[in-house]
Amino acid sequence: MSPRIVHIARNTFREAVRDRVLYNLIAFALLLSGAAIFVGQISIDIERLVVVNLGLTAVSLFGVVIAIFIGIGLVSKEIEKRTLYTVLSRPVRRWEFIVGKFFGLAGTLVVNTFFMAIGVFGALLYVTHKFSRPDALILVALYFIVLEFLIICSLALLFSSFSSPLLSAVFAFSLFVIGSFADDLRGFAGMAHGVTRWIATGAAYLVPNFSALNVISAVAHQQPMSSQLILQNTLYALFYTAMALSGAVLIFERRNLK
Amino acid sequence: MTARQRTTVIASVSLAVSMAASVLLLRHIDRMRPQASIEDVLYINSPAMVKRASLGFDGLMACIYWTRTVQYFGHRHYDGALTYNELAPLLEITTALDPHLLPAYQFGASFLAPRPPGGAGEPVRAIRLMEYGIEHNPENWQLYYNLGFVYYTELKDYRQAAEVFERGSKVPNAHPFMKILAAQMAMHAGDFATARMLWSATYETSTESNIRQNAIEHLRAIQVDEDVTNLQALVARFSQRAGRAPASMAELVAAEHLQSVPADPNGNAYKLTSNGDVLVESPDDFPFITKGLPAGYKKGLPKFHNHS
Repeated sequence: MSPRIVHIARNTFREAVRDRVLYNLIAFALLLSGAAIFVGQISIDIERLVVVNLGLTAVSLFGVVIAIFIGIGLVSKEIEKRTLYTVLSRPVRRWEFIVGKFFGLAGTLVVNTFFMAIGVFGALLYVTHKFSRPDALILVALYFIVLEFLIICSLALLFSSFSSPLLSAVFAFSLFVIGSFADDLRGFAGMAHGVTRWIATGAAYLVPNFSALNVISAVAHQQPMSSQLILQNTLYALFYTAMALSGAVLIFERRNLK
Repeated sequence: MTARQRTTVIASVSLAVSMAASVLLLRHIDRMRPQASIEDVLYINSPAMVKRASLGFDGLMACIYWTRTVQYFGHRHYDGALTYNELAPLLEITTALDPHLLPAYQFGASFLAPRPPGGAGEPVRAIRLMEYGIEHNPENWQLYYNLGFVYYTELKDYRQAAEVFERGSKVPNAHPFMKILAAQMAMHAGDFATARMLWSATYETSTESNIRQNAIEHLRAIQVDEDVTNLQALVARFSQRAGRAPASMAELVAAEHLQSVPADPNGNAYKLTSNGDVLVESPDDFPFITKGLPAGYKKGLPKFHNHS
């Protein structure tokens, strides 16, 4: 990787930390410890399920919110503060700027997820008193959540490369919601006929399929994950991210920054 | 005091006063609307709609709905309610969100099936819930056990119960007693021995303290019912022989050559009325007994005891 990309990524990460993004970890810790302590008292027989479901859902939602709200400002903020011109006046290519920003944001989310994962396992240990072999499946779910973040970061950057922060947030969040219904969308396409069927099928394949990356429920019930699913989800997320990033680069390369 | 310090003091006082006032006001408002409890409100009662609204986080949503179900049942049960209108929809939503959430079936059936005030008195919906659970978790023999239990205890449909136990016994790794239960159910369904076997199996196969406690209470009740039935038979025999009911339990003991005055599981001797009816000393201690109750006795809520 080019040292310029690494440099931009590192600065993006530092900036996120300076913006106190990691403060969300406090809220996360409070949420999980509260759930671990209180759920046993107000429900029956689901302490472990709640810790896993709540923990992984929180990791996912906190990360999605961070990815969208930081991602949409990555380009526009630099333009607004006019720091982008300083960066681009150096030997930094526009695509390197976009890719560097992407890795910086993805790095922030990976670090955030790492600390949250420690919290999830800590809460799990609190309620179950010991780890069992199937608990390792939680790592698979966390890995899929990170893949989901990569896709959302790239989409936020894509929208940020041509649109205002507000609209970018709306677009990115809408795609997150639609992507969560991707399987339903495919189901609707199957029921449609003619041109509608083609359009619906096209839309179903164009939006990111987040439901394929959501294995939280299955992991909570300790259902095994096939290595094929892990491999194919990895490839899917990488290709989709590459697609969105390529789009962002293409648009940003041609954008008039004057 | 500088202007900044003054602002800090005023803002701090304002914050504390406002917070206290809002808490006090909320308490007043709550007192004005005591019936406005969320437990009776199901904003969305379509399982499919809730599943879609969960944005793929249906596992967490199922846990939330299950907790809500437990709270709903617990509150109404505590209040001695005779209706549980939202119980079945809550359970249906919970299990639609997560069809593998086993506690929702196992506990849910025991909330739904028993007659009020012990439960919602909806055994048919309990059966539907269990069948849905079996459909999605066919490898779980305990669900067959719970389903057979509903047929046995609530509907007294021994043939169906035997059939369900038989189905469950064929599930890989099913507990061997499923086969015994199926056979027992087919031959001696109404016996105390069968009931004792069922509740003993419940006690032994559950790790949940509430279920085990419930099983103990039922086993105690079976003991009382069996004792009273046997004693009542002795009273009948005595009456036939002597042409009158025994005057006291001591007379019955002497006439029937019993070792001592029979006692209930709490150690209290059974009482004999002048009409020859055998009664327990304190029926409130045995919430599930069907015999030995004084005429006109009204059952309260089950009162569980700590038994080791």
